[in-house]
Amino acid sequence: MDLSSINPTLLLASLIVASTPILLAALGELVVERAGVLNLGVEGMMITGAICGFAIAVNTGSPFVGFIAAALGGAALAFLFAILTQFALANQVASGLALTLFGLGLSALLGQGYQGLKPPPTSDIDIPILSDLPILGPVLFSHDPMVYLALSLVAAVWFVLNRTRAGLILRAVGENHGAAHALGYKVIRIRILAILFGGACAGLGGAYLSLVRVPQWTEGMTAGSGWIALALVVFASWKAGRVLLGAWLFGGISVLQLNLQAAGVAIPVEYLSMSPYLITILVLVIMSADKSRAPGSLGRTFHASD
Amino acid sequence: MSLTRILASAVVALGMAGAAVAEDKTKVGFIYVGPIGDGGWTYEHDQGRLAVEEHFGDKVETVFQESVPEGADAERAITQMALQGADLIFTTSFGYMDSTINVASKFPDVKFEHATGFKTADNVSVYSARFYEGRAIQGHIAGKMTKSNVIGYIASFPIPEVIRGINAAYIHAKAVNPDVEFKVIWVYTWFDPPKEADAATALIDQGADVILQHTDSTAPQAAAEKAGVISFGQASDMSEYAPLPRVSSIIDNWAPYYVARTQAVIDGSWESTETWDGIAPGMVEIGAISEAVPAEIKAEALAMKDLIASGQYHPFTGPLNKQDGTPWLAEGEVADDGTLLGMDFYVEGLTAEIPQ
Repeated sequence: MDLSSINPTLLLASLIVASTPILLAALGELVVERAGVLNLGVEGMMITGAICGFAIAVNTGSPFVGFIAAALGGAALAFLFAILTQFALANQVASGLALTLFGLGLSALLGQGYQGLKPPPTSDIDIPILSDLPILGPVLFSHDPMVYLALSLVAAVWFVLNRTRAGLILRAVGENHGAAHALGYKVIRIRILAILFGGACAGLGGAYLSLVRVPQWTEGMTAGSGWIALALVVFASWKAGRVLLGAWLFGGISVLQLNLQAAGVAIPVEYLSMSPYLITILVLVIMSADKSRAPGSLGRTFHASD
Repeated sequence: MSLTRILASAVVALGMAGAAVAEDKTKVGFIYVGPIGDGGWTYEHDQGRLAVEEHFGDKVETVFQESVPEGADAERAITQMALQGADLIFTTSFGYMDSTINVASKFPDVKFEHATGFKTADNVSVYSARFYEGRAIQGHIAGKMTKSNVIGYIASFPIPEVIRGINAAYIHAKAVNPDVEFKVIWVYTWFDPPKEADAATALIDQGADVILQHTDSTAPQAAAEKAGVISFGQASDMSEYAPLPRVSSIIDNWAPYYVARTQAVIDGSWESTETWDGIAPGMVEIGAISEAVPAEIKAEALAMKDLIASGQYHPFTGPLNKQDGTPWLAEGEVADDGTLLGMDFYVEGLTAEIPQ
């Protein structure tokens, strides 16, 4: 065993990269659920974003355009969900599951011919002076732009939800859509916007996998990240700051277990492999002591005649 | 006779005629553990399938199913293929072994071929390649090329095939570089690009400047390229990453075997066999060694390849001890296939433990 070979700075830097896809997806889902809609199709929207972003980035040579395409692709799939649940009044759980299956199939179809290609590199931003700081520099100031976008989105979502009128309305719609409707707010319109935002975030998370973290396109490459993002929202008791905490915790433990193995720690590998899930459950239990609860109208279908 | 009945019987007759035509073709099925575009293991098996189609033309029809999980799903997928009338089914991952045997007992007329397993039956053959011969050569290059003396190894599952590869690479890296150290990460998957990329990053973060892998995707190559360290193509050439980071590769060439076995089914001469071929018959190939490797190291590697091919050198030649120091092979003694096939121990010098 040689723990000294684990460099904590590099460990922290790689945990930030490893946690970014689920952070983005979970943040989008948080807004959707705060608006009172349960969209279980995160995995499908992520993988669709992964292939849309990859294909467009390869064809245009620009990862930036790729990420925009990924957000649009994720939002387009989410729009399908919005039509089903907000206009056709379909069951949200069933529609969400269908969306995941549809997204996995669609992405495999779109991805024909993109296997084995290399995407254009997403360059890291090295912020002068700051990135030269010891420890803090490599951990915080030498990542690709998407990492910073994800972090600023956390702050933005927190601010909008808690400090603005728009956030108040969105939360009101999620807590009690009947009352919000009686006050004259456009429940359906607000929910559709939230669903589109959630889809765009999931799409960005997927594209982060295919353009930065792996980077290549393979069928099914999200490998369950969307489900972890969904669990993360509950874990965070619908609070933006805690989503960040949860994503870092999960990403951190995944990366730590690989590093412990490389350092030759004598813990059986099976325990190390299951540790991210175990610790997530454990923290979930501890955090559930917190009395914050799910939005009141979560998962309930709204119709103006109610 | 009413018109509907005439039409119905016509349809039935057509169907039977169609079936009769299909009977003439030999149907060959393939069960893959990953997608055919993985760029590695499954890609090469699919190249073998395409070679069968090319060789036999209209006489053979091939079918395949990708990304079949090992376990209960595999049994269902193999059964389905047998029910669809396949005459010969190749199941191409170690984890399909028990599923293959189970399905084979229900379809005595269908021939099965399981890759890298050890259980046979009257209608089940096993075949594998002596990947360790290629890994010995990679180990030699890795030992010569490393500057940090730390070599990272991404391992899939703790089965003999993988352990054999680690040992073969380590023995030959150590032989040319006594200071070399191996760091091994078990990822418990054959194919999970994000996890493979993270494992490569963890190894690089801990000082590895050479990455060896026993997983199927090219994600470690991409991570190595970003960090400026070298790697080796696994199962497939992965030449899109040459000259750096991929400096050489082990290529599995299944095509001749698949063609020969399909021919045997057509001739009716198919029998249950156990095949374990290496560099000599061409089942294991060494991909081009890139110009990133100095000429003299390249020459040594190629000389070793020739010695292995001619049978003059065996990668597991004594003196070798097991990890705990107990003697295994005496001076000049060569490991027998039985020990190699069931290998469940590290050789002396490797640190850490094999997960049980």
